Parts: sequence; C-alpha cells; structure tokens
Amino acid sequence: MTASLPLSGYLRADGRKGIRNAILVVYLVECAHFVASKIVAGFDGEDVELVGFPGCYPNEYAAQMMAKLCTHPNVGGVLVVSLGCESFDKVRLADAVSASHRPVKTLVIQTAGGTSSTVQQGRDWVREVMAEVNAVERIPMGMDELIVGTICGGSDGTSGISGNPAAGKAFDLLVAQGAACIFEETGELIGCEEIMAERAVTPELGQLLRESVLKAERYYATLGYGSFAAGNAAGGLSSIEEKSLGAYVKSGDSQISGLIKPGDVPPTGGLYLMDVVPDGEVRFGFPNIADSAEIVEMIASGAHLTLFVTGRGSVVGSAISPVIKICANPDTYRSLREDMDINAGDIIEGVKTIDEVGQQIHDLIVAVANGAQTKSEALGHREFILTYKTFEPVGPSCLPRVG
Amino acid sequence: MNGPFLLLNAADNVLVARSRVEHGTAVALDAGSVCVDRVIPLAHKIARQDIAEGSRILKYGMPIGLATEDIAAGQHVHIHNMRSAYTPTHALQDADGVSAGVSK
Repeated sequence: MTASLPLSGYLRADGRKGIRNAILVVYLVECAHFVASKIVAGFDGEDVELVGFPGCYPNEYAAQMMAKLCTHPNVGGVLVVSLGCESFDKVRLADAVSASHRPVKTLVIQTAGGTSSTVQQGRDWVREVMAEVNAVERIPMGMDELIVGTICGGSDGTSGISGNPAAGKAFDLLVAQGAACIFEETGELIGCEEIMAERAVTPELGQLLRESVLKAERYYATLGYGSFAAGNAAGGLSSIEEKSLGAYVKSGDSQISGLIKPGDVPPTGGLYLMDVVPDGEVRFGFPNIADSAEIVEMIASGAHLTLFVTGRGSVVGSAISPVIKICANPDTYRSLREDMDINAGDIIEGVKTIDEVGQQIHDLIVAVANGAQTKSEALGHREFILTYKTFEPVGPSCLPRVG
Repeated sequence: MNGPFLLLNAADNVLVARSRVEHGTAVALDAGSVCVDRVIPLAHKIARQDIAEGSRILKYGMPIGLATEDIAAGQHVHIHNMRSAYTPTHALQDADGVSAGVSK
C-alpha cells in the first residue's frame, strides 16, 4: 500500500512530513543579524538557513509566526541567536521548538562573549546536531499530506493569460488528489469578491470571503496605494482590478474549502484563501512589504513548497520551503531562463496549452517534493521577511469542514 | 490565438497583444481595419471598438476600470485614458511599456 505513495518525506513528531531537512539559524532582532549570518556562512553547500525578525519591540503575530516556522516539517533543528536585551520572547520560542522534539539551542551574544565567540559556539552546535538531523530517513508520503502555496509577483499583462491559469490547473490536479492548496492575497482580489464567494463550500464562508476582500480594499484605500507596483503598469496592467482578475485565476476551479490567516495550517485537503491583510485599524504600514513576506506566510501555514508566477521576472527563492518559479512572459523567460523553472510563455506563443503547462507544473511539484532542487534553490536563494502585523483568530465559519 | 491580438472574452471591449505590435500594423476590428498609432508592447491593450468617456473597460468579461476620455477603436488603452474604480494606479516613467526604466 505505502509502496504506491508518490512522495517521500521526513517524518516529524507531530505526524507531519517534510520535503526538506533544514537547520535554521534565527536572529531575534536586527542587532543579532550579522552574527547569525556569520554562523550560517560556515556551512556553504549544506542546508543551514538564516531567518529572523528585525524589530526590538514585541509583536504577537511575529512570535506566533516564528514558532510555526521553526516547527515547520521542512525544519530539522533550530539555533536561536539573541542579542540579549530585545523584546522577542526567546524562551517561549525555544520551548515551542523543544516541545516539537527538535534539537534547539539559544545563544545570547551579550553573555556568550561577543561576536567571534558566539559565531564559534553557534557553528560548533550546528556541526554537532547535523549528524542527528541528517539521520532522519525519508519515508513514503501521500499527496494528501502535501501543502502547496501560490503567489504571484512582478505581474504583467501576461500573468493572467498564461502563468496564473496554468498554476490554477496544477492546483485543480493537486486538490483532486487530496492535497491542500493555498492562494492569496486579498488585496489582489479586489473586483473578484462576488465570483469568488460563489465558489465557497457554504454561503457563510462565501460571505466571509467577500468581507475579507472588502477589508483589503479599505486597508489599501487608507494607505493610498493598491497592491500594485510601477512595473505592473509597464507590463500592460492598468488598474488593481485588472491585476486582480489575472491573479484570481491561479486559484483554479475547485470549490473553496476555507479562509485561513497566516500561520493557520489547513486542517484537510482542499483549496484555501489566505487573508493576509491585518485586522483592526491600519498599523505598521503595508500588509506585506514585498513578495518574500507573502511566501513566508504561506510557509508558516505549512506550505511545503510555493508556486510563484511572475511576468516581469522575479528571481527570489525562499528559506525553509522551495519556490517553483513559473514565468508567464515568453520574452522574460528568454532573458531570465536560469531563474525560471517553467516557461508558461509557451501558452502565449501557441506552443503549449494551459492544460499541458498545468500538468508540467504538477509533475515538477512531485519531483521537487521528492528532493529535486528548484532553480532558485540551486542558485542559493534563501530570502526571508517577517515584520509587524496584527490579526484576530479566524471564526468557526471560516473552516466549515472541521468539527 | 491567431494574429497579433487576443480576444479573451466575447464581452470584452479591449484586445491584448500576444507579442510586440509595431506602429502602423493593420488590425481587423468589427468596425473595419485600423492601423495602430504607436508600438503596442506584449500584453498591452487596444480598444476593440469606440469606447465613450466614463464607460467601463471590459477584459476577461469583467470590468477593469473606467475610460477617462473617449477612446477610438484601435487606440492603446492604458493609464493615460482609463482609471481604476477602486484605488489609484502607481506608475513611473516606463508605464507606456516602451520608454526606458533607467536614465541614460
């Protein structure tokens, strides 16, 4: 029975399986960033990755996100690097990692003897636990244990015609096999709220989907800008609703099973919308300052890997979970092919159909889940952003299939 | 998927360039043949028919904004003659898809 499972993963104590086995080095304030990066620099070519939080002031969202990220199934062990006087609760974080049965160690620069001494102690600890972390074997894993996120960035007028519909097709194939798929971002669904609400599994969920987009519209109106960069216009997009309609199709045609917020792990297979716009009055600025912050939110919600559809041409990858880059624009693909995993520009040029590229994306997801490196992984990209936000927990109507 | 422009939905009043279309290229529209009066970059839009100021621009069969002036069939449709019905669109010098995004 298990021999027929299509994937393999690292079994964790909570029952989830990871497709990577990274050791994270986590700085808890910008003041510890350099020291943490020096520790990571000692492990070139090994899966030791830098993540962190820059602020000195406390934030419950950031605390919860970091705990979710450090106990993500793709993570095998965690080294926490603290300056010592920042407000981030390092004991709470280390306790969460320890409770997940992963090796964890906290170094405090102010009591560890400064930069050089902390770097040495950090590298020694990582080297020591690496054998233990690497001893975990891959075991068979089903498609129904897989979580895949999707975002789009550097969008242009091709994104909604080729890359996003093909990603949507791949999502349909995954959902049909029991996988959980997450799409975002409510600020880029403005104008799509009515057609999206009709796809919800219950009318109550449909209403919540509608309200999440209206919240995003209010939030961005206060900020004075939509979720729209100058390059979107150069690429032929003229308004936020035009960008939104193109982005919306990456959700595919499946029913929408639930509404989650960053850090909420989908409880079953199916298609989920992630509401990334903070609750309450506008605080701390833009919901997500760049694409990498959205990718990190997908990962905090358990995404094993993320599909990234781009038209203008983003080159980013991510810490923790691999990024598969789908290039919607054939001209961009030709100039950035070393960074792109899939050329959906073939659809624009009439070389391939949306279904064919959707299948190609699906097959690459299976290969990457089994250990194949994506382009950004092989190039060494490990981007990461976590900043200040505020969220209220989701209510029971957001996840109607639970309980 | 023939010709240089795509019609994405039967209800649309814009067409999308599937590759860069050169200035002067003839395009067959319902109203007859028109020549585009500038370069239309990949994925930019032209008017499929005359569009009156204040009316909705339709793409994917859905409204993507409002015309801010009368737009003739065959003309480039972009931020210079349409606007969002929601939030203003942020753009730089290269928004026409032809101008350089860096100074020379």
